[in-house]
Amino acid sequence: MDAKDILGLPKNSLPIPQEKKSRPPKDSQRKPDGISREVYALTGGLAPLMPAIDSTQLKKQPPKDEKITWQWLPFTNSARKDTLQLYHWVRVVNGVPPTGDYSFAKYNKGWTKEETDQLFDLCQRFDLRFIVIADRFSSSRTVEELKDRYYSVCRAIVAARAPALGDISGNPLVKEPYNVSQEIERKRALSMVLSQTKHQERKDAEVLAEAKRITESRMAAKVAEESELPVPSNAGPESAERASFPGDTVSPSSNVQLPSATIASSALTADNASTLASLRMLRVYLRTYALDQMVQAASSSAGLRTIKRVEQTLQELGVNLKPRVPTKSVCAEHLELRKEILTLLNLQKQLQYKEAEGSSFRDCSYADTPSTPKRSNRGGDQDRTFVPDMSFGGERVGKRDQKRKVHSYLLPVV
Amino acid sequence: MNNSSSSKKHSPDQPETSGPTFKSQRTKMDTEKKILNKKLKDVEISCPIVYGSMAFWLGKKASEYQSHKWTVYVRGAMNEDLGVVVKRVVFQLHSSFNSPTRVLESPPFEVSEAGWGEFEIAITLYFHSDVCDKPLNLYHHLKLYPEDESGSMSTKKPVVMETYDEIVFPEPSEGFLARVQNHPAVTLPRLPIGFTLPPPVPVEDASRRKRGDTKDHPLSQWFMNFSEADELLQLAAARQQVQAHIAKLKRQISVIDGPHQQLKSISDQ
Repeated sequence: MDAKDILGLPKNSLPIPQEKKSRPPKDSQRKPDGISREVYALTGGLAPLMPAIDSTQLKKQPPKDEKITWQWLPFTNSARKDTLQLYHWVRVVNGVPPTGDYSFAKYNKGWTKEETDQLFDLCQRFDLRFIVIADRFSSSRTVEELKDRYYSVCRAIVAARAPALGDISGNPLVKEPYNVSQEIERKRALSMVLSQTKHQERKDAEVLAEAKRITESRMAAKVAEESELPVPSNAGPESAERASFPGDTVSPSSNVQLPSATIASSALTADNASTLASLRMLRVYLRTYALDQMVQAASSSAGLRTIKRVEQTLQELGVNLKPRVPTKSVCAEHLELRKEILTLLNLQKQLQYKEAEGSSFRDCSYADTPSTPKRSNRGGDQDRTFVPDMSFGGERVGKRDQKRKVHSYLLPVV
Repeated sequence: MNNSSSSKKHSPDQPETSGPTFKSQRTKMDTEKKILNKKLKDVEISCPIVYGSMAFWLGKKASEYQSHKWTVYVRGAMNEDLGVVVKRVVFQLHSSFNSPTRVLESPPFEVSEAGWGEFEIAITLYFHSDVCDKPLNLYHHLKLYPEDESGSMSTKKPVVMETYDEIVFPEPSEGFLARVQNHPAVTLPRLPIGFTLPPPVPVEDASRRKRGDTKDHPLSQWFMNFSEADELLQLAAARQQVQAHIAKLKRQISVIDGPHQQLKSISDQ
């Protein structure tokens, strides 16, 4: 009706009293034979190219002329190797029991000729689209089972038709036979990966990173041994301390800092050694590339924010982020400077942490605590070098000292 | 000039580890064959280079498609002859140029062209067979227009863009070492005492007698000066500041923690 409106044609070619007669032919045009109109509408108003289920069969009733009785009869199962005879209820039509094998025998995974023929027929019709084929297959078989049957039959045929074994050894059907269990496992693993939650992903990444660090430090230690660098002697006492760290769970915070710092430095040495080793394997490289690698290795334990702060500090110190004249000594100095800045930032963090600890302790005990003498000393300390330590690199110290943010790092130095 | 391998924490005076034991395991013939290819550990050869471009505005003679004439090059940092190390240099120009792949079989390694656009040039260095069989890639962005837009373009003064870098050969062969031992284009560490090298085998043919150094290059007056002294001073000053700061923070931390805190050196200094 709307279409006619759009086209500008007259709405009703038939007068109203005739509408009733015109309805039945309209209904038959709609074609929902055997299924309700609403269900048919779900398909989008078009019938599927090839109906999966015969719709006329859906509402079929048993024919009235048949007389149905149910009998308790014995049966045999061709899937069984023995001759066990069991009994079950059988639907008997007009006194004639059904013929044929036990209907569940086909589920014994054996392939009958009929099944195989049907498989190949479907394979041809649906272009080896096994997912569609599995859907249309009469007995319920998995995609992997169908594939397995198809490929093994093809392989058998190819082998039978080939004049000599050597001719077919290059054929992928022969070279890489379809492995059902492997395929099932592979798909299961894929779906597991797909359905991994973010939490799991993060955990996996952490574990992998840890494993990578361990292997790298092991490789570095191995390389260090081979090249007779004194790195092993360096890492020795530090790794011993690392071993004792797990036992130090109840120690006060000050002691905890030490082992973690030595872990960081031994990891750093390992990173450096492994970078050197990989550089040596290159046979030729640019000095700037080498510096870049070493810088990355040195900052491997630092987060992005820390790295940005290191670069900020370099700029404040008037140092080029990338040396303009990258000679061997310049690069070495540059690297050492970066490491020292990292140390500096770590110490600042430590100091902050300790102060926060101290201040929170005091907050609990006192209502309104004035600044301790030590603090005001530090706050007002005219740093001879270049910037007051509190706001170095834009650091926020603690809630207490927020007011001190007034010290910007652009203060002139006396 | 002497580069002690300080970053490797290894004194160059340690004897060659692959000494007599190594040789006794091989036949004499093997030894002779392999001696030139034997790699040396902890003896690093570095070759300082400068690569970049120089562009002159053509002024009145400029046309729509050729506003500048420019030269892209690779030279020794002290204008020494790179031919002792580098066998061939390939400059990959923008595809709009005729035969954009320019191959230079001998120094001076440079390409001169005229154009209007700025683009990235890929420079590939190929080394002599006893140096390294793997090529090295450099990338340079051709600069035609001066930094400040108000800066007037001059036909006399070029726009120069140069980058300093060093080619490092971490484990050079003995043959290479013998050949370049005293050449000014490369930097070597002091060799271990009593260490003898085989007689050098020249790689280039006698026909290539053209001078490869760029000391008297027509554009040499515009070459930039790269001195490590300034940068070293700057870095040393910066390090001093940071170290002083670190010391102060450590003192502050120890004050908070009290006498029971053992302040071993937490950082590597």
